[in-house]
Amino acid sequence: MKEINHINRRQFIKTGSAVGGGLLLSFYLPAFGKAIKTAVNNAPASFIPNAFIRIGADDIITIICNHSEMGQGAYTSVPMMVAEELDADWSKIRFESAPVDPVYNHLGFGMQATGGSSSTLSEYDRLRNAGATARAMLIAAAAQTWKVDPSACKTENGKVINKVSGKSLLYSELVEKASLINAPKLVQLKDPKDFNIIGKPIKRLDTPEKINGTGIFGLDVKVAGLLTALIARPPVFGGKVKSFNADKAKAIPGVKHVVEIERGIAVVADGFWPAKLGREALEIVWDEGALKDLDSITQRKQYAALAKEPGVSARKEGDVAASMAGAVKKIDATYELPYLAHAPMEPLNCVADVKVDSCEIWVGTQFQTMEFMNAVQITGLKPEQVKVHTTLLGGGFGRRGVLDCHFVREAVQVSKAINAPVKVIWTREDDIQGGYYRPAAHHVINAGIDASGMPLFWQQQIVCQSFAVGTVMEAMMVKDGVDSTAVEGAADMAYNVPNLKVNWNMAPGGVPTLWWRSVGHSGNAFVTETFIDALAHAAGKDPYQYRLALLEKHLRHKRVLVMAAEKSNWGKPLPAGRARGIAIHESFGSYVAHVAEVSIPKPGTIKVHKVVSVIDCGPVVNPETIRAQIEGCVVFGLTAALYGEISFEKGRVKQRNFYDYKILRMNEMPQVEVHIVPSTEKMGGVGEPGVPPVAPAVANALFLLTGRRIRKLPFAKEDLVKKV
Amino acid sequence: MINIKVNGKAYQLAVDPSTPILWVLRDTLGLMGTKFGCGVAQCGACTVHLDGEGIRSCISPVSRAAGKEITTIEGLDVKLGKPLEQAWIQEDVPQCGYCQSGQIMAAAILLRDNPNPTDQDIDDGMSGNLCRCGTYQRIRKAIHVAAKLRT
Repeated sequence: MKEINHINRRQFIKTGSAVGGGLLLSFYLPAFGKAIKTAVNNAPASFIPNAFIRIGADDIITIICNHSEMGQGAYTSVPMMVAEELDADWSKIRFESAPVDPVYNHLGFGMQATGGSSSTLSEYDRLRNAGATARAMLIAAAAQTWKVDPSACKTENGKVINKVSGKSLLYSELVEKASLINAPKLVQLKDPKDFNIIGKPIKRLDTPEKINGTGIFGLDVKVAGLLTALIARPPVFGGKVKSFNADKAKAIPGVKHVVEIERGIAVVADGFWPAKLGREALEIVWDEGALKDLDSITQRKQYAALAKEPGVSARKEGDVAASMAGAVKKIDATYELPYLAHAPMEPLNCVADVKVDSCEIWVGTQFQTMEFMNAVQITGLKPEQVKVHTTLLGGGFGRRGVLDCHFVREAVQVSKAINAPVKVIWTREDDIQGGYYRPAAHHVINAGIDASGMPLFWQQQIVCQSFAVGTVMEAMMVKDGVDSTAVEGAADMAYNVPNLKVNWNMAPGGVPTLWWRSVGHSGNAFVTETFIDALAHAAGKDPYQYRLALLEKHLRHKRVLVMAAEKSNWGKPLPAGRARGIAIHESFGSYVAHVAEVSIPKPGTIKVHKVVSVIDCGPVVNPETIRAQIEGCVVFGLTAALYGEISFEKGRVKQRNFYDYKILRMNEMPQVEVHIVPSTEKMGGVGEPGVPPVAPAVANALFLLTGRRIRKLPFAKEDLVKKV
Repeated sequence: MINIKVNGKAYQLAVDPSTPILWVLRDTLGLMGTKFGCGVAQCGACTVHLDGEGIRSCISPVSRAAGKEITTIEGLDVKLGKPLEQAWIQEDVPQCGYCQSGQIMAAAILLRDNPNPTDQDIDDGMSGNLCRCGTYQRIRKAIHVAAKLRT
C-alpha cells in the first residue's frame, strides 16, 4: 500500500457522471450529496466502471478493497473475486483501501466493517458482478472499435480479443472508450468450472510490503508536525480522574501538552519516549469507582451463585425434568472460562489531525463507518469535512471493531484539544490491561445417557456478561432476551439430544467485553465438545463414532468428521505416551474438525505434536488463505488453552505484558495439516471457525493420558498429571 | 551528541541517550520498518542488528549504539535478505505481517551463522519472536527454503 486512499473522490464522481451509467447510480450513492468542483487531476486517464475498480491507461488495475486487511487475506481475496469475472491479467492487479462511503458498506452489517469471518462470503456475488460489469463494458468498447457485434469478442488475461480477426486490445487501450459505455443492467457470471483465479492458491498481494518494511500500519503513519500521545487511563474499569498534577510531566524534555480527555489524561510529546516518561511522571488521584474491589475469585463465586437462578431460555427441546428418571448414568460438570485479551501484535493506535475545517484520521480499524460518525460528532464538523484512511491492521481478532470507538475518540479529542496532529499509542501494558475482553463464563451442565448409551437429557446453564445489551448492536444480537453471542455454539448444538435445555444468566457488567476471534463459540465449544466426549466415555463408546451417531442428520458435520478421522488415522496405534483427541464445531457457516496428537513429556507439561484439521467452508476462493487461517486458528486456540487468562485483584488486571499473558512460541508450534472438503454447499467463513474446536480436541486427548477432565481454562499444571 | 551509523549512513543525534534505539529509528529517523510490540524484549518485533548482532531495539538505549552500526529491515544486506524475501513470498508466510520485519531480521542472523539449520535450530533461533497470527509453521518452512536458495 504505497499510498492510502489514493482514490480521488471528486475525480471519481466526475468520471462517474461522465460515464453516466445507471450502474454508477446503483453502485455509488454519494453519502453527502454536494456540488462537484472542478477536478484537479494530473493522473492518467482511467476507466472507473464502479466503486471497486480503476483501470489505468498504464495497464494497472486497482481494486478498491472495502474490507480491512488484518491478516485474513482480504487484500488478496477481494481482488481475486473481481479479477476473475473481469478476466484481468493477475500480474497487473493492485489493491487500495476504500475510503468511507455507504457504497462500501458491508451488505450484511449495513455499515463499512470487517468481521464475522464474512469478507469473502459477503462479497462473493457483489464483487464478481462488479468485475463482470466492467468486462461487459470493455467488450462493448472493443466491439465499437472493430465495428463488430460484442458477441464476436471474448476476453482473456486483460485483453479483448476479436474472435473473427484474431486482433486484440489491451484493457488499458480501451480506457477512454469504455468510459463512455453505459453499464449493462444484467451480466452473466462464469460457470465455476471456467474459473482461472478463484479456487487457485494465488500468492498474497500484500506479502512484499509486509516483509521489506514499507507496509503502512497505523503506527507507521507520518503526518507533518505529528506529535505522540500516551494516555493515562483509570487503573480500574469505570474509574475517573479526581484530580491531577502535570508539573513533573511537563518538566520532561519533549513533553508539549498534558490534557484531560473523556477517558483519562493525555501526555503529548515529540515522540514516544518522552510521552512515556511524561506519563510516568504524572500525579493523578483516581476515583476508582464501583469496581475498585473486583476480584476474580469472588467473581467466580458470584457467577456460580447466578448459575443457580433460572435465567432466560435459549433452547428447549422435549422435557428434561420428566426424562431424568430414565437415565442409566448421569454426569454433572461445572466449567470456568476466563476473560481473554486479543493482544494483536500491533498495539492499538490512531492518528488524528483535527483542524478548524477538517478532520483526517488514519487508523487500522474494522469499523470505518462508526469511527467516521464518532469523529463527526466530536469535532462538530460537517460529514464531508471528515476523512478516515484505513491502514494495514497489525492483527484485529475483533479488538479493532469496538462499538464505543474509544481508540479513535481518544485521538480525535486530543488532536482537537491541542490543535495539532497526534498519534495516540497504546503500550502493550495499556493493551493487555485495557479491557474489551472475551467475556469470562461459568457453565453448569448435567446430562444423562439411556440404556443404549446415547444422551437422554442435557441441561446447561450459562453465565456471562453481554457486550450487546445496551448498545447499538442490541437489536441485531439480542433475541427474546438472549444475547446470541453468549449462547452460540451451545444453544444451537447440532447433537441430537431429545431433552435439551440451555439457559442464560446475564452477569453484571462493568468490565468492558467484546467479540474475540470466534466470539461465544470460543468458550461454548470447549464446553460442548469436552462434555460430549465425556458422555461418549461414560457410554463406553469411541468418541468419534459417538459423535457420528449423534449427527445423523447433519451431513456437513459428518463429512468433516469422517475426513478428520481418516486423515488422522483415528483408531490406529500411536507411539507410547501419545493420545489423540477429536472435536468438531460449526461456526460462521463453516464446519471444522480437529484431531490433536498430544503427549505429556513430564508431569505438569504438555506437547501438542500434530493437529489434523478439516474444514468445509463451501466454495473456495483461495485455498492457501484457508490453510493459513486454519493454521492461525490452531495457534490462537492453543494459546488460549495453554495460557490465556485475564484476572483481577483489587479492581486491577493482574497481567501486564507477554511475560504473563503468554502467546504460543515457535518451539511450541505443532505440525498442522489442513484438509479442505470439496464442497458446493453454502459458503462459510474461514477467519474464526478453526478456533473453537482446538482446546477441546487437545483436552480430550489429555483425558486419555491423565484420566482427568479439564473443566477450567487455561489448563492448570495439575491437569497435566496422570491420575492415580 | 551521539554518533551512530544506520544502514550505512552516519548520523549525529541530539537525543536523550536513554532513548531506546527503536524510538530513535522510528521517531527521529523515520524508519518505520522496525516495529513496537511489547517494549520489554518479549516479542522480537523490534529486532535489528547492532554490529551484526541481533538485538531487541525496544530495550536497548541508543547510547549502546554509539560509534556502532545499526542495520534495520530497510537496510538488510541483499545476500541475507533476498533469499528470505523470496522464501517468505513463496510460502505465503505473513498474515497481518506486523511481526515479520522482526522475524526476517532474526532469521537473517540464524542463517548467516547456521546455513543449514534443522527444525530444532530454527525453534531455538526463532522462539524469541512472537507471531499472534500463528505463522510459525510457514516461517519454519520458509527458512529451510531460504537456506536452499542461498546455496
